Amino acid sequence: MRGIDKRFGAAAANRAVDFTVARGSIHGLVGENGAGKSTLMSILYGFHAADSGTIAVNGRDAVIGSPADAIRLGIGMVHQHFMLVEAFTVVENVMLGMATGFLTAKAERGVRARLAELAEAYGLAIDPDARIADLSVGELQRVEIVKALVKGAEILILDEPTAVLTPQEADRLFVLLRRLAGEGRSIILVTHKLKEIMAVTDHVSVMRRGEMVATLATGATSPRELAELMVGRSVLLDPDRNARPPGATVLTVEGLSLVDARGHLRLDDASFEVRAGEIVGVAGVSGNGQSELLDILAGLRQPTGGRILLDGVPIRPGDDPVALRERGLRHVPEDRLRRGLVAAFDAADSAVLGCTPEPAFGPGPFLDRAAEIADCEARMASFDIRPRAPTLGTALFSGGNQQKLVLAREMERAPRLLLVGQPTRGVDVGAIAFIHARLVALRDAGAAVLLVSSELDEILALSDRILVMCGGRIVGERRAGETDETELGLMMAGLHGRAA
Amino acid sequence: MSGWLALLAALDSAVRLATPLIFACLAGLWSERAGIVDIGLEGKMLAAAFAAAAIVAIVPNPWLGLLAGIGASMAFALVHGFATITWNGNQIVSGMALNFLAAGLTAVLGNAWFGQGGRTPQLAGAARFGEVTLPLAEAAEAVPFAGGFYAEVISGHSLLVYSAFLLVPLTAFLMFRTRWGLRLRASGENPAAVETAGLSVARLRYSAVLVAGILCGFGGAYLSIAQSAGFVPDMTAGKGYIALAALVFAKWRPWPALGACLLFGFLDAMALRLQGASLPGIGAIPVQAIQALPYILTVILLAGFIGRAVPPKASGTPYVKDRS
Repeated sequence: MRGIDKRFGAAAANRAVDFTVARGSIHGLVGENGAGKSTLMSILYGFHAADSGTIAVNGRDAVIGSPADAIRLGIGMVHQHFMLVEAFTVVENVMLGMATGFLTAKAERGVRARLAELAEAYGLAIDPDARIADLSVGELQRVEIVKALVKGAEILILDEPTAVLTPQEADRLFVLLRRLAGEGRSIILVTHKLKEIMAVTDHVSVMRRGEMVATLATGATSPRELAELMVGRSVLLDPDRNARPPGATVLTVEGLSLVDARGHLRLDDASFEVRAGEIVGVAGVSGNGQSELLDILAGLRQPTGGRILLDGVPIRPGDDPVALRERGLRHVPEDRLRRGLVAAFDAADSAVLGCTPEPAFGPGPFLDRAAEIADCEARMASFDIRPRAPTLGTALFSGGNQQKLVLAREMERAPRLLLVGQPTRGVDVGAIAFIHARLVALRDAGAAVLLVSSELDEILALSDRILVMCGGRIVGERRAGETDETELGLMMAGLHGRAA
Repeated sequence: MSGWLALLAALDSAVRLATPLIFACLAGLWSERAGIVDIGLEGKMLAAAFAAAAIVAIVPNPWLGLLAGIGASMAFALVHGFATITWNGNQIVSGMALNFLAAGLTAVLGNAWFGQGGRTPQLAGAARFGEVTLPLAEAAEAVPFAGGFYAEVISGHSLLVYSAFLLVPLTAFLMFRTRWGLRLRASGENPAAVETAGLSVARLRYSAVLVAGILCGFGGAYLSIAQSAGFVPDMTAGKGYIALAALVFAKWRPWPALGACLLFGFLDAMALRLQGASLPGIGAIPVQAIQALPYILTVILLAGFIGRAVPPKASGTPYVKDRS
């Protein structure tokens, strides 16, 4: 790809980008959110047309106007959000879009045969008649890879493939990618996890603000160098940790259970406590009960069993959320745009959500707009939120700055207990370091913090104690420093009993 | 025996009354399976009914009338497609707008052209689709039960009735056994997956919307030039909406859709027959109450007796490419 330019409205997503991948190699593509990696890949896959620039495949100039062209040229893509039809079976999904005859019966036989071959050759076994809705995320990813291989992909793009995998699943994926590259295919791995880049790629390209800033041989670089290239300045990757003994118990959870409307057990007899001055991390592959736990503790969902004590006083279903906030319970939800902010509000309005009963914002039902803006300005200064524009629409801030806005709102009100979900999802490396430091500072100031994250690195870097969830149960507890990624990964997969 | 004959007569009229529902319900099935909610079935049928009757009033040929009906309905379908597929408009609003347009346009044009208060002239027998007596129907009447059923209920309908019933297996086949059907269903479930598989979501959705147009054309033409002998303003009388209810009731599947339409047709037939009947202890049942029966039953059935009806996942949402 040479000289690729792409603008969306006024924003330049790609500026004069050159990108070359050698046959038979694994090429990493890193950059912060919004650096233009996804745009570049969607141009290569024909999803968007570049404003200017050329693409050559196997040395020959190629015009890629649609995904159909890309597929014809042997380009396959595994999207971060899987492109599968949930109501269909595996076979139907693989067949979709293949140029076969009018009737599906013959195509189906062909696809079944290919699936069996691939299962044999690469250990990619999937039940061809299983419904997508019934498969695990690891299996879904296998379906996506198989889909691309059946269509004859010689260049395989994977967008954040490990975001939903356990470390062991990720390792298996990397073995497979190595094998595919060894057979002469080219693999493009888009990720923000520098460790994966170091472990598996041959070359790595770094993007920043729409431009390609470097392409390096992986062996000749380091995570620190890559991080600095991504951010454009030096970053502190690990926050300091000083393990002070924790104080009094703030949160006690006893036998908490949740059976959902369909009768599935989503949370199974969870008991634990969080004490003042400690960060308790909850690790797990997404969808194993962490979100439900967070929802219940925040009062957004009713448990079907068990009880919760805050400072020794029970939290009952139906407790007034304002009263809970006054007792020091603060919540940073996992999905900032759906639950933490109102995208259509300006920043000042978003920054006072749930805090308007405070007398500072005006008497009774009235809202003092000037006080609101002044409050927002103060938050923006202390959390370095850019741009410093309280009247700018919330949706116009970057993901990292939106997240900081929510964190500032909840953390600067001296919580007793902070519930925080996925604090750095979709947040750039520079902001991650800042957010981590603030969470640690809050802990050091004596707050209890319950951290739910699907990023194992984040859990390991911040937590004093780690709870691991699998299938709605807390399957284990470890002290930080007495465990590692491998052990936690096995526990997350529910395999610890067998492995130990 | 007279009870048996009365039942046969009721079943016979149930088939006639179910026919427009079947056309409209299948039309809705095609459209919604591909992801376009079609609340404009009513309007398309009304436009088709008017176009068919108007053409036949001038040229007394039912086949030309059918073509005119299909043409009018497809024109409406194209407008719906243009609004919702090309311009990502709200599908409910577009469908409702077409319903209003059809109701107004047919009345105004009818009055302007024929001067009979919106009606089209009464059609002579040769200008309509006549009834077809199936082979051996008269001989079969001698055979008890099965023979009578064949002669009374199965035989003696217009060609359009038989085509409605044949369209059910045809729809099932195209939808579930062909590549086109697979792709249509995928664009109703996850259009992004269709796009990444290298297909055009817009083209697929247009094809489905046009099929819906053709089917509504059949349904409308049936109303004005087969079941009745001419167009009357608002002659669809909510059949497009009842067909939508039948579609939900059938959970967007062709064979259950046939069953649902027959059930609603049967209720309609019973309503006609029960008018003026009196129940012990209550007295004569008001006509309105009987006429409301199918609608009440629809509400009850939809509210609790069919379990969860899960529509195609992406139906109702315009497909807009991500800007990433």
